[in-house]
Amino acid sequence: MAKATPEKTTAPEYPLTTNAVIAPVLGWIIPGAGHIFLKRYVRGILLLISVFAMFFIGLGMNGRVYQPNGGDILDILGFVGDVGAGGLYILARIMDWGNAMAANAAADYGKTFIIVAGLLNFIAAADAHHIALGKKP
Amino acid sequence: MTFTLTHFSAAVVFALFTSIVFGITQKNSTREQVRYGLYCFAMFVGGVFVAGWAMWLIRR
Repeated sequence: MAKATPEKTTAPEYPLTTNAVIAPVLGWIIPGAGHIFLKRYVRGILLLISVFAMFFIGLGMNGRVYQPNGGDILDILGFVGDVGAGGLYILARIMDWGNAMAANAAADYGKTFIIVAGLLNFIAAADAHHIALGKKP
Repeated sequence: MTFTLTHFSAAVVFALFTSIVFGITQKNSTREQVRYGLYCFAMFVGGVFVAGWAMWLIRR
């Protein structure tokens, strides 16, 4: 007859805290705000400048802002990238920015800048989560 | 406001801001972050030159 092995009940190494939820959400809505909330002021400001600059340079180059009902798989992927910019994406949709269709190379670059701004903000939000958990100083 | 960047300046601006975010998010200490940011920037801009010369060779 097999012996019953006692189950180990260990606490998670990095327990989920309130800050670990608030920081990434805040960072997603306002780029860099998650780091600023966690008192990483320089990192937060640099992230804010970088994501804002990428997003608005993209808009300035007549880049397109994707909408959720794109239909085409590439449009859906573009939307997923764009929505990473959080509050900036919502602002762009409210203000009806980024409606121009890509007619030249610069506009195509602009579209890429906007998508990458969103993707970088996803990374920044995940970083804020790791800092709040204590995985990263 | 609308403006147009050249291919090269767009690539450099892209490399600059992307490298800043990569440096901050991928490394722990400030020194490592600066070094990694500079490394990413050099790789991005170096990649532009390599791709540029590769296209020049293909075109000939």
